[in-house]
Amino acid sequence: MTNLNLAVAASLNVTTPSEQATSVTKITARNLNFYYDRFHALKDIRMDIPEKRVTAIIGPSGCGKSTLLRVFNRIYSIYPKLEARGEVMLDGENILDPRYPLNRLRSKVGMVFQKPVPFPMSIYDNIAYGIKHYEKLNRADMDVRVEQALRQAAIWDEAKDKLKGSALGLSGGQQQRLCIARAIALKPEVILFDEPTSALDPIATGKIEQLLEELKKEFTIAIVTHNMQQAARCSDFTAFMYLGELIEFGETETMFTRPSKQQTEDYITGRFG
Amino acid sequence: MSGTPTTHEHIIKSYDTELTRLLAEITRMGHLAGEQLAMAAAAVEERNSDLAARVVEGDNAIDALEHDISHDVLRLLALRQPIARDLREVLAALRIAADIERIGDYAANVAKRAMALNQTAPMRPAASLPHLAQIAGGMLRDVLDAYRRSDAVAAHEVWKRDVQLDMLYTAMFRELLTYMMEDPRNITPCTHLLFMAKNIERIGDHATNIAENVYFLVHAKPLIEERRKADDTSLLVN
Repeated sequence: MTNLNLAVAASLNVTTPSEQATSVTKITARNLNFYYDRFHALKDIRMDIPEKRVTAIIGPSGCGKSTLLRVFNRIYSIYPKLEARGEVMLDGENILDPRYPLNRLRSKVGMVFQKPVPFPMSIYDNIAYGIKHYEKLNRADMDVRVEQALRQAAIWDEAKDKLKGSALGLSGGQQQRLCIARAIALKPEVILFDEPTSALDPIATGKIEQLLEELKKEFTIAIVTHNMQQAARCSDFTAFMYLGELIEFGETETMFTRPSKQQTEDYITGRFG
Repeated sequence: MSGTPTTHEHIIKSYDTELTRLLAEITRMGHLAGEQLAMAAAAVEERNSDLAARVVEGDNAIDALEHDISHDVLRLLALRQPIARDLREVLAALRIAADIERIGDYAANVAKRAMALNQTAPMRPAASLPHLAQIAGGMLRDVLDAYRRSDAVAAHEVWKRDVQLDMLYTAMFRELLTYMMEDPRNITPCTHLLFMAKNIERIGDHATNIAENVYFLVHAKPLIEERRKADDTSLLVN
């Protein structure tokens, strides 16, 4: 490029600086292996999840993407015969170390599931329930926290007049945003989303995707999705997994315009098989 | 529904930001091309070779913008999967950018020949060229304005104006022929002028292409109408 071209490009701000160059790593996985009893589900995963960015994990069913997500908050540890080996560093500490307190991990790493699962209680209590588990707040402070979480999850306007009403009366999309509010209320640093919109219609899906854009200003986000277009639309980085291996990881724009591995290209263009 | 631009924003706001940026880039590129054409015309009028050289150099900036627009379009197609009007916006941007890029090339060609022309004795028909450029430049300005406002009616008006430019070009073609017949020493400068006039006439054609794209963007169907071609120079035998 000539200087003139560079000057024009700069004045228009049309060049996008490399995302990777400007982001800090929040979670680092090294030599990560996972076993469901004898089944080797994750094979030597090496991956860096950047802070305050959305990282999407894609791949065909059974590739290990949900398993990987679940390792990030050790949710697997409630089941016997499941074992993770290797390192997953969160802010420099290995969360796989049994000495890493599970309570601390869960407060730092929230999770939102495929199917919205509000507790069978009021909207208010759905949010307050988790907070009470970690903090003692007076009524006024709790009110503030609940409102804050509902606002951040973009459901305050729809919920504010029925905070005492049952959460089960909300629509699917609203229930999912309530679940996001519930995760946010604990002030986590990382939020994991496991197929958060697969049960939702396109409008509700769009709202969740817009919410991700807002949330990444404050939280580190990892999302597992079957929907490649969703990964393309709302993530900054994309990881492609196949048969328990991480095939390619990179900026989403690069992954969806010029992936470096043939397997990635075949998968995202629907030529897999 | 397709006739009026939608006022609703996308649920995902960054989508709107990207589409707006694309529009701004095209508008900027079009303005640059318009300035290039005006400067090329001034270089002919003032017999200013320095100015002409600046126009030739300035074409790089337009090419760079086209490159950026192509990149943004590729990104939008890959990451947003635009449909309906959004898809037409993205397609129109890509096509319009290509038209503007050609317009920039033609302006640079006019400037290049101006430098050659400045080395020969002044020719009277050269005085008609800036007028031709003014008309083409006006078409470009107005069609870009129509694009910015998604105004298919205004775009159609520009489209109809091309006939004036064709008529002027044909007149100039005939005038230059008489000069060449009069004195063979006029052949070199007149040939340059002929090509320059043709370049400007082609700019008008690209402006009508842009008008057609604006029409398609708004109405989701092509602008089909018999346009009276007033450039019949390709049929001339004497």
